[in-house]
Amino acid sequence: MFVFTVRRILQTIPVLIGVTILVFLMMHLVPGDPAQVIAGEAASEQTIQQIRERLGLNDPLPMQYFNFIINALQGDLGTSIRSGQEVTSEVASRFWVTLELSFYSMILSVFIGLIAGIISAVRHYTWVDAVMMIIALFGLSMPNFWLGLMLMQYFAIDLEIFPVSGWGSPEQLVLPVIALGTAGAAIIARMTRSSMLEVIGQDYIRTARAKGVKERIVIYKHALKNAMIPVVTVIGLEFGTLLTGAVLTETVFSINGLGRFIVESIQARDFPAVQGSVLVVAVVFILVNLLVDISYRFLNKRIDLN
Amino acid sequence: MPETTVNYPVTKPSNPHIENVKNILKRLKKNKAAMLGGFLILFFILVSIIGPHLVPFSAGEQNLVNKLEGPSAEHWFGTDHLGRDIFSRVIHGMSITLYIGFFSVFIAAVAGVVIGIVSGYFGGKIDTVLMRCMDVLLAFPGILLALGVVTILGPSLNNVILAVGVFSVPAFARIVRGSTLAVKELEYIDAVRALGASDFRIIFRHVLPNVFSPIIVQATLRIATAILTAAGLSFLGLGAQPPMPEWGAMLSDGRNYIFDAGHVAFFPGIAIVVVVLAFNIFGDGLRDALDPKMKS
Repeated sequence: MFVFTVRRILQTIPVLIGVTILVFLMMHLVPGDPAQVIAGEAASEQTIQQIRERLGLNDPLPMQYFNFIINALQGDLGTSIRSGQEVTSEVASRFWVTLELSFYSMILSVFIGLIAGIISAVRHYTWVDAVMMIIALFGLSMPNFWLGLMLMQYFAIDLEIFPVSGWGSPEQLVLPVIALGTAGAAIIARMTRSSMLEVIGQDYIRTARAKGVKERIVIYKHALKNAMIPVVTVIGLEFGTLLTGAVLTETVFSINGLGRFIVESIQARDFPAVQGSVLVVAVVFILVNLLVDISYRFLNKRIDLN
Repeated sequence: MPETTVNYPVTKPSNPHIENVKNILKRLKKNKAAMLGGFLILFFILVSIIGPHLVPFSAGEQNLVNKLEGPSAEHWFGTDHLGRDIFSRVIHGMSITLYIGFFSVFIAAVAGVVIGIVSGYFGGKIDTVLMRCMDVLLAFPGILLALGVVTILGPSLNNVILAVGVFSVPAFARIVRGSTLAVKELEYIDAVRALGASDFRIIFRHVLPNVFSPIIVQATLRIATAILTAAGLSFLGLGAQPPMPEWGAMLSDGRNYIFDAGHVAFFPGIAIVVVVLAFNIFGDGLRDALDPKMKS
């Protein structure tokens, strides 16, 4: 277990390096001179030279990368061209909003997904199962930004139950969290169902039933524990989807989070801001996956020993 | 003693690949949901081809007097902020959506198959390097990678296709690599090699047909994701640009008029849901039909 954990952590290092290289190169892969692109068509040679100087674009590429990493490790992600503020502080102030939105959506996804998945599996091939799985298919096929718009129109504009936009108060949470969490709930429900069905078909479940264990206990104690293992991985992957799904949900509900910041920065060709925020999201995602992998192994191990 | 000759009927052995396809089709036919999905997809393709000739209005025809009108007999889905007929625009947009879905996944599948087969078949250092590269791409969650590609190339429909394509490559590469590894270990591959077949021949004649079914399943399900992702990028203003009748871009217009005219956002969204749903249902059915575990 210890060896596995260490090896898994070490495996993350090349991926992290790859990600930083890719994010760093982002600005340099832009066709043409990045300084020119940032300054705009009409900029004078002097302005372009200043931008080049400020971003260190005159240094050789490996040197630039080295500086980028050293600065990033010290928490310096450069200066936003649009606002003149430090990217780190811009990202930090918005990151928690996005994390909060993703976290609540995750809770909703897991809660609804697990319940629906278990019910579907226990009552498989009945109409209950069919209805649940059709709803899940719809949830999976719906763009979260469209769902957000429809929720906004019905519950915020027509019925005036919830506020149209913004973030902070509990009422403001409801619609964005539903919009963002629905697809995840659908995925987790489908995964839970198929995983449960696979486990229920196994010999040890038949044994438990033959021994006269109550059906409720067979399902919730014997089956669910093993069925949860693949579901944990899906939940981990879902976190990344939520983190970036927030890009769209935040735009719909005018929430001042990291996702909206990324989009606005792209539109403004604010490369340092895009680089910084993309790097933060990617690193967080890698770390979450690392944790999920280790906990997955842990769950599996315990079952092996039993 | 007279020689007796027995005339055995000589029949050509059936081609195992064709037999396999027949089996798959048979199982697919039994799966009602998959058939429904398949028919819907064919129907949508048909609509994208002949629909634009049948609808009453062109995609760009404006009528500012009738702007933001609700659904009526003349305008089934109502009109948008420029008085354009939303029904006509949705039908015109069908081909754009299918084009994005098919083309981006085609790019991803070709790249993913090449990377996956090279990685799985040759193994060693090439495998390590290619798979680490895929890991790096996978480390960007959701549409983040696509956003990055659009940042670099600038917003446009074709760049979105490329962005969504890049974002789908690792999924194909991983699946194909896994299947290639499994096929490579089969004894008959050794036999073929002993007979003097080149790597090239082994890959094309023996490995590729065997990784075909997981690719098809993955491609169908990926088209659904690709359509959703591309619509999202266009919704953010980073994809198809107005006045193109792309559904994501139409939703973005709808957002601006959500207070007065909810139908502007409603119908393009329904169109996305229906198309994505068809691909998801068909993909699910294909997976069931092709899953070796389900084979009786």
